Amino acid sequence: MADLETTVVKAINAALAQAMRDDERVIVLGEDVAQGGPYQATAGLAGEFGTERVRNTPISEGAVCGVAIGAAQAGLRPVVEIMFIDFITLALDQLVNHAAKAHFMSGGQLSVPLVLRTQGGAGGRAGAQHSQSLEAWLAHVPGLKVVMPSSAADAAGLLASAIADPNPVVFVENKSLYFRREPALTTLEPLALGRANRLRSGRDVTMVALSRMVGEALVAAERLADEGFAAEVIDPRTLVPLDLEPIVASVQQTRRAVIAHEAVRVGGFGAELAARLQAAAFDYLEAPIQRVGAPFTPVPLSPALEDAYRPGSEEIYQAAHAALEWDGREELAIRQPRRG
Amino acid sequence: MSTSNNPAELDDERLIWAFTQMLRIREFEERVKRTFEEHPGVIRGHTHLADGAEASIVGALATLRENDQLMCTYRCHGYPLVLGTDPRAMMAEIYGRTGGLCGGYGGSMHLVDPERGFMGTSGIVGQGIPQATGVAYAAQIRKRDQVVLCFFGDGASKQGAFSESLNIASLWKLPVVYVMENNSYNVITRVEQEDANAAAGEPLAVKAKAFSMPGVTVDGGDPIAVYEAVWAAVARAREGHGPTLVESKLYRLSAHGNIIAPPGVPLHFPEHEAVEVFGAAEEYEAAKRGDPVPRFRARLVTDGKLDAERADAIAAQVRDEMQAAVRYGLDSPFPEPADAVNHVYA
Repeated sequence: MADLETTVVKAINAALAQAMRDDERVIVLGEDVAQGGPYQATAGLAGEFGTERVRNTPISEGAVCGVAIGAAQAGLRPVVEIMFIDFITLALDQLVNHAAKAHFMSGGQLSVPLVLRTQGGAGGRAGAQHSQSLEAWLAHVPGLKVVMPSSAADAAGLLASAIADPNPVVFVENKSLYFRREPALTTLEPLALGRANRLRSGRDVTMVALSRMVGEALVAAERLADEGFAAEVIDPRTLVPLDLEPIVASVQQTRRAVIAHEAVRVGGFGAELAARLQAAAFDYLEAPIQRVGAPFTPVPLSPALEDAYRPGSEEIYQAAHAALEWDGREELAIRQPRRG
Repeated sequence: MSTSNNPAELDDERLIWAFTQMLRIREFEERVKRTFEEHPGVIRGHTHLADGAEASIVGALATLRENDQLMCTYRCHGYPLVLGTDPRAMMAEIYGRTGGLCGGYGGSMHLVDPERGFMGTSGIVGQGIPQATGVAYAAQIRKRDQVVLCFFGDGASKQGAFSESLNIASLWKLPVVYVMENNSYNVITRVEQEDANAAAGEPLAVKAKAFSMPGVTVDGGDPIAVYEAVWAAVARAREGHGPTLVESKLYRLSAHGNIIAPPGVPLHFPEHEAVEVFGAAEEYEAAKRGDPVPRFRARLVTDGKLDAERADAIAAQVRDEMQAAVRYGLDSPFPEPADAVNHVYA
């Protein structure tokens, strides 16, 4: 009998296995992947597909990423795992100068159908070098696609699309979501990249949240609902390509927006999103776009400090109120929220 | 070291082919260099020439079979010429024209011709080495009996990518041959100033020992010596025994690259660093006297493999071919400005 529940890790594992069954060009490589890796995302793959296609690598993030790029250019579809996004610094030359540019510099002759899976996020008491959210760096590089799933079903569907995509895709998972219980998958069908997902409808404020912050936004929306405010929650799911249109349409309705991610707010992807939103919906906005993110500091280790550092539903709730109660203009007084 | 287990000894026609390819590389590079004077402003940015490396390039590529592959550095004009890439498209690419090999998106440092097995270059020193290693990994998985040649310079061997890649290739027994073209200079730093092996008076091929693979040093000015060394390495790789590091010692006859100057200032190729930076004119003169192109010609003529008349006819033919490449490049139109955003995603 099929399981009634799954987790993000199991969903990723299932999507990888399915992709490897469907297409013998798909290979998996990274540190410890043949043993399943530290989170067991690749568990069982070596047994089913062999250690040639599920290849353990030395601790050489740069070269491993380069090997995957070369294999991709030669016609394979590698899925390379970088154990923590913090270690992606070691592979950035390969990603930024090579994977992202090979198609362009060759005038379209080469392509790099590569997926780089990695995971980020704080909350694990893992300190400043194992907890970061660095997706904004990657979204800044033309030629890369950047995916950030917030649920098991999205992770499976988006990973299938990422593997089938002819471009380099950085697939950023969040370790806090890995073992959360979620409804069992009903399908492993690909979910198109570049399609935002509206998880909750509402006409008072739009919350655009990434990765773990999607769940946090839903919690904040529930609190606001108790107060009589209807929040709309949208998950872009992919940063590049970005499905801006439904977000703009929502903000044109609600006239207020909160953007939430776990990454440091300064220079975060929320800044880009806010800039594009205000350009597209300037005349509709009743309040400045609110951004929720981490303070401009490395991730601290101590539980007391990390909990204070890591943004969550409380910060989203407060930001929504700031947007709802913005009194920078006279007429806002007329639009007082319906409390109670 | 021609031995009985070396069935692919170069016959006379193959030797003449090798000489012709060396001439083509030399002539192409001369045309690039002369473009700076004859057609000022046509090339901006950075060009890096392979004059002095002709014997090494041709000797190495002569070992390849159809379906074999290679990757190299930004000093990349020589290899595709030998593989049969159209020099007109190459020159147009260097000039940034639509008729260019990459439509004007790549330029001098980023020639590529995957149809002929030339899988690309890197403009970042040493960082193409992992990708060539990955091409070999794909070859291994697909069991297509392919071998990959990976070209880089002596300077690249100080990058982490070099060490990481050689470790992986040796561990996985990948069908790749690492050809290090040691031209003794990292732009304007001499190899013994920045390489521990060189400083200790050892050949750079000793680096292979750290990765438990064979390391050989060969006279990169002699195409037959390079051919034999790389042939043995290719045979080893093809048999599944893994990679080899071949250090090909050669002398770059031009400066590292053209000068860098603000817009409007005409560019040119400066004097070689030996002369310009180190005041070692005699070193450079000695290298010129050992120029591999006339050296190989003299050898073929002396050995009775090629008569001077035919050699001259080949040279004339090559001059015409490369003159036509310049003409084609100059005549090819620039891309439309709107095309600047093409090819970002496949």
